[in-house]
Amino acid sequence: MNLHEHQSKQLLAEHGVAVPRGVTVAALDEVPSALATLGGARWVVKAQVHAGGRGKAGGVVLAESPQRVREAAARLLGERLVTHQSGPAGLPVTRLLIEETTAIARELYLAVLVDREARQVAFMASAAGGMDIEEVAASTPERILLARVAPAMGLQPWHGRRLGYGLGLDPEQIRALQDLLGRLYRLFLESDAALIEINPLVVTEAGALVALDAKIVLDDNALYRHPALLALRDASQEDAREAEARAHDLNYISLDGNIGCMVNGAGLAMATMDLVKLHGGAPANFLDVGGGTTAERVAEAFKLILSDPKVEAVLVNIFGGIVRCDLIAAGIMQAVREVHLAVPVVVRLEGTNAAAGLEMLAASDLPIITAASLSEAADKVVAAARETAGEGR
Amino acid sequence: MSILIDKDTRVICQGFTGRQGTFHSEQAIAYGTNLVGGVTPGKGGQSHLGRPVFDTVHAAVAATGADASMIYVPAAFAADAILEAADAGIGLVVCITEGIPVLDMLRVKAALAGTETLLIGPNCPGIITPGACKIGIMPGSIHRPGRVGIVSRSGTLTYEAVFQTTEIGLGQSTCIGIGGDPIQGLDFVDCLARFEADPDTDGVLLVGEIGGGAEEAAAAFIAERMEKPVVAYVAGVTAPPGKRMGHAGAIVSGGRGTAEGKYAALAAAGVTVVRSPAEMGACMAERLAGRPGPRAA
Repeated sequence: MNLHEHQSKQLLAEHGVAVPRGVTVAALDEVPSALATLGGARWVVKAQVHAGGRGKAGGVVLAESPQRVREAAARLLGERLVTHQSGPAGLPVTRLLIEETTAIARELYLAVLVDREARQVAFMASAAGGMDIEEVAASTPERILLARVAPAMGLQPWHGRRLGYGLGLDPEQIRALQDLLGRLYRLFLESDAALIEINPLVVTEAGALVALDAKIVLDDNALYRHPALLALRDASQEDAREAEARAHDLNYISLDGNIGCMVNGAGLAMATMDLVKLHGGAPANFLDVGGGTTAERVAEAFKLILSDPKVEAVLVNIFGGIVRCDLIAAGIMQAVREVHLAVPVVVRLEGTNAAAGLEMLAASDLPIITAASLSEAADKVVAAARETAGEGR
Repeated sequence: MSILIDKDTRVICQGFTGRQGTFHSEQAIAYGTNLVGGVTPGKGGQSHLGRPVFDTVHAAVAATGADASMIYVPAAFAADAILEAADAGIGLVVCITEGIPVLDMLRVKAALAGTETLLIGPNCPGIITPGACKIGIMPGSIHRPGRVGIVSRSGTLTYEAVFQTTEIGLGQSTCIGIGGDPIQGLDFVDCLARFEADPDTDGVLLVGEIGGGAEEAAAAFIAERMEKPVVAYVAGVTAPPGKRMGHAGAIVSGGRGTAEGKYAALAAAGVTVVRSPAEMGACMAERLAGRPGPRAA
């Protein structure tokens, strides 16, 4: 789960990490009191959306008068911000963070994450702050510093020395960095974070370390033990269909193609998408209906797939293991009747009682095309989608 | 023969009397697994499915001589269950549970490093030696004793691979689902090494997916240490970057962990890569054809 910048900074501040003073506003009439609270004569107005690249997209504005703050707020609030990470539809801006400005001497990059290969929590730092870190990693990997933490030992002073000297900090700043690493490490463990990213971490003209931007991603699997963090979820920043899927315990991700896919199991779902592509089609979605496939879940999955207007045919690929295929076939038939299906559906069933399930589908009066093998199913669904597209023209 | 488990493996179930534990223990017993008992704290002394229930893994091991455990406890209790099994001296722990926090697994992995215990999973279908021992949630009926080793990060996609090798008449020596989480127990290399050493495995079918570097590590191992033929399929060619495809680990991030990168590494290691998930079995059969295995003697 992603947190907004202002939420991330709140957590950082609670752990004693220096962040710029700031106030959030959700409406224009909140701007004057926010500016009164902050004081000063220059402010930064930052759109709160779950996507990077806000600066280039006009979502971060340096305002030199209250009037300019108002103008920026009027332009951003209630609109959608499109950045290179947000997708073409952009993300709704419902809240702005207004901050005091910071006198910057240097911009650094600092992150805490799980290094899955090393199976350790790791700090990643770079002197190339404020830039797209993936680009830095790809073009100049020598500019990325890594310090991993042994779980049994926790953070040690060498982590600070390794990163601090590597970043060219002076001895006082290295001590400040060591303190900062300790606070970040505690926050990371206490919140079950998957990522804490501070980009940029600035060295101010006075020599202090301040988190100018912040992004925290939490481990979804651990949210059950962090109800206060779970309450920070902002559903408006998530794909509506993906959120709907989660409510039904389905795993759905929108893609750009025209062939809806319903599959049980994440690996088989990815493989089915690949197979559709290999046979000349394009998948409209990733959808894992999970292990305990019931008629109700199949119906919900169908509704979800068909809510995407791009879908011109649906491929159902179920490997019935513990769940019997004849029961799944009954579920598919019920779902197809309920949702008044307008596009062709190709079904491939394999596993326990597969033959019986396919027979039931073939004998029904529903517009269901059965397939005996994976390849045949892919061929049939690609052909069916072409036919639908042709009729539409 | 086989790897890791056979008909003599003495298995207990942690979370024995729960819904999942009960269902899959029944299935395991019906398959012929030597399930010698189970653990549910507070229900020690009772009997369930005709097997004794114990309060602790230590008590279960003392009474039954169990050497393998399958875990069906909820995610919040799974790390505890794995560590208890390891401390009780269980040699092979198979954790089916999905949704375990990654920091829990990070600590578990570090704790297991100093023990003799091997972990499979979590978030996996388990391990099966066809006709001998089934520890997991896979449907036993699609398997057939044979000579192909299967190792996979996925669940139903593993069944697909199994089904295809059964249909084409090859069968399987042992099938292992290593799980879809970023931090896991046995990895591809651990399993490949065992298949290479197993006289009853003629070839290995490796089923990978996007994310992480496990397939690349497997490729390096295969190039240096394996004689037996390996066929590999990698799921997720069409997966867009930055999107997590169901499994906690299945994500292409920063250009790393792409299916194309994995295919290239595997092909360079002499692995026969298969682009269509429908062709896994046929490709394995082709690769084994003409190779005189022990069966031909």
